[in-house]
Amino acid sequence: MNRLTRRLTATVALPTLLVLLWWWASARSTSFYLPPLRRILATFPEVWTGERITTDVLPSLARLGIGYLLAAVLGIGAGVMIGQYRLVRGITEPALEFFRAIPPPVLVPVLMLFFGIGDQMKVIVIAAGAVWPILLNTVEGVRAVDPVMVDTARSYHIGRWSRLRRLTLPAAGPQIFAGLRQAVSIAIILMVISEMFAATEGLGFAIIQFQRTFAIPEMWSGTILLGLLGFSLAMLFRLAEHRVLFWYHGMRAAARDQ
Amino acid sequence: MTSVARRATVGARIGFPPWAQNVTGVALLLGLFEAVPQTGLVPAAYLPPLHRVVAALAEEVARPLFWFSLYETLRGWAIGLVIAATAAIAVGILIGTTPFLRTATHSTIEFLRPIPSVALIPLAVLLFGTDLRSKLLLIVYASFWQVLIQVLYGVQDLDPVARDTARSYRFSRWGLVRHVIWPTALPYVMTGLRLASAVALVLAVTSELIIGAPGLGQQIALAQSGGATATLYAYVVVTGLVGIAINTLARWTERRALAWHPSVRGEVAP
Repeated sequence: MNRLTRRLTATVALPTLLVLLWWWASARSTSFYLPPLRRILATFPEVWTGERITTDVLPSLARLGIGYLLAAVLGIGAGVMIGQYRLVRGITEPALEFFRAIPPPVLVPVLMLFFGIGDQMKVIVIAAGAVWPILLNTVEGVRAVDPVMVDTARSYHIGRWSRLRRLTLPAAGPQIFAGLRQAVSIAIILMVISEMFAATEGLGFAIIQFQRTFAIPEMWSGTILLGLLGFSLAMLFRLAEHRVLFWYHGMRAAARDQ
Repeated sequence: MTSVARRATVGARIGFPPWAQNVTGVALLLGLFEAVPQTGLVPAAYLPPLHRVVAALAEEVARPLFWFSLYETLRGWAIGLVIAATAAIAVGILIGTTPFLRTATHSTIEFLRPIPSVALIPLAVLLFGTDLRSKLLLIVYASFWQVLIQVLYGVQDLDPVARDTARSYRFSRWGLVRHVIWPTALPYVMTGLRLASAVALVLAVTSELIIGAPGLGQQIALAQSGGATATLYAYVVVTGLVGIAINTLARWTERRALAWHPSVRGEVAP
């Protein structure tokens, strides 16, 4: 019990202190751009509940979800293909290196040419930016599968599908998840940017609109909301990873204890 | 023996070594870039054929504005990366070597790290406008965490025997950091720097694209709003090439800095 309370204190102490410090330091702030935290928190519920949830927040999250899923499916699918065949890898390597090196936000104006500024463009921007870390990590993971295991599976005449499901994907799993984790933060960035650059609704649009109309407390509340969103998605991801890769974390813990 | 082994050697056997595969890949990519719009598969208004993009690029390269934009992007990238790396290494070693700070800051770091730095764009605009400081705020925030996390991992990796030996020889705290902790953490620091250098470029271009700070991103936004599609693609290609150059530089630095380290040395030794 004592240990638990001490751990809890360690977790909450500094964040609480920082928030209090912000509260105290900004309480008598007369600066237009740095309003008191009290005012920001007071505007928060009034800005982000009610109508804005259905017009701005949910559409943004839906685009984020669809784009990310699309990137995951494409990235893992193509990554398994490319990782398994050396010739495909050799030929696609320069293209992959190049597309990975392009900063993803640059895709927004390019894809606007093709798809206008609707939902389709934003989903494709998110997918097109988030796909690279997933794809490249899958290629590396599949490449690194123990060749003895591959040969063993082959000599036992284990079919293509069960080999993929029971050997390749689990063996490459930790690496694939590393890519999926990088892709989460890229996807959030692209969700916000695509809405800031060209949109009529969405989280990023709302926040940039507050800034342009000098609605400063509202703008700060949007920044806090984005922070909370990034944090919650990171937590959600960690939960999912621990569920899927429980065997891997168990193995690592066992290896450490030895 | 198995078909895997056979397939793996097939490329080399028919005289198709890896470099030739790469060359084929590049040729194929360039060929598609030219052919797809030419055949009308994708309208040339959206994807101009390669020769027009190359012509647009040649035109841009002749203008001083191109070099100025390139310089502005790289300047923001370099200053931001240096500030973020210096701060992250100092803070990381301080936190990593002090158990109390380590437990006290853990939750705060885990909370601040995933906050997307683009959330700071409105604030940056209000405080600094299109000034360089706007760009630096975004770059430093995003790259700082990449390096910090790796430094913390690296310090944690410290060999207890080495630490105890240093202690029994009465190393000063600075001596411990300089001769035991720093060499242990260096491979991690280098990984962090490599990741941060890519992130810093992304944020540099983003701030130019959205805020309008001078640089390659701003030129992309201008070409887009002016309907100069070929120029738009030319600048996108340039950002890709800058990205490749930065990746190559980061890997080269990593190998240089870790030339003494077993992980790099082992690759050279037979």
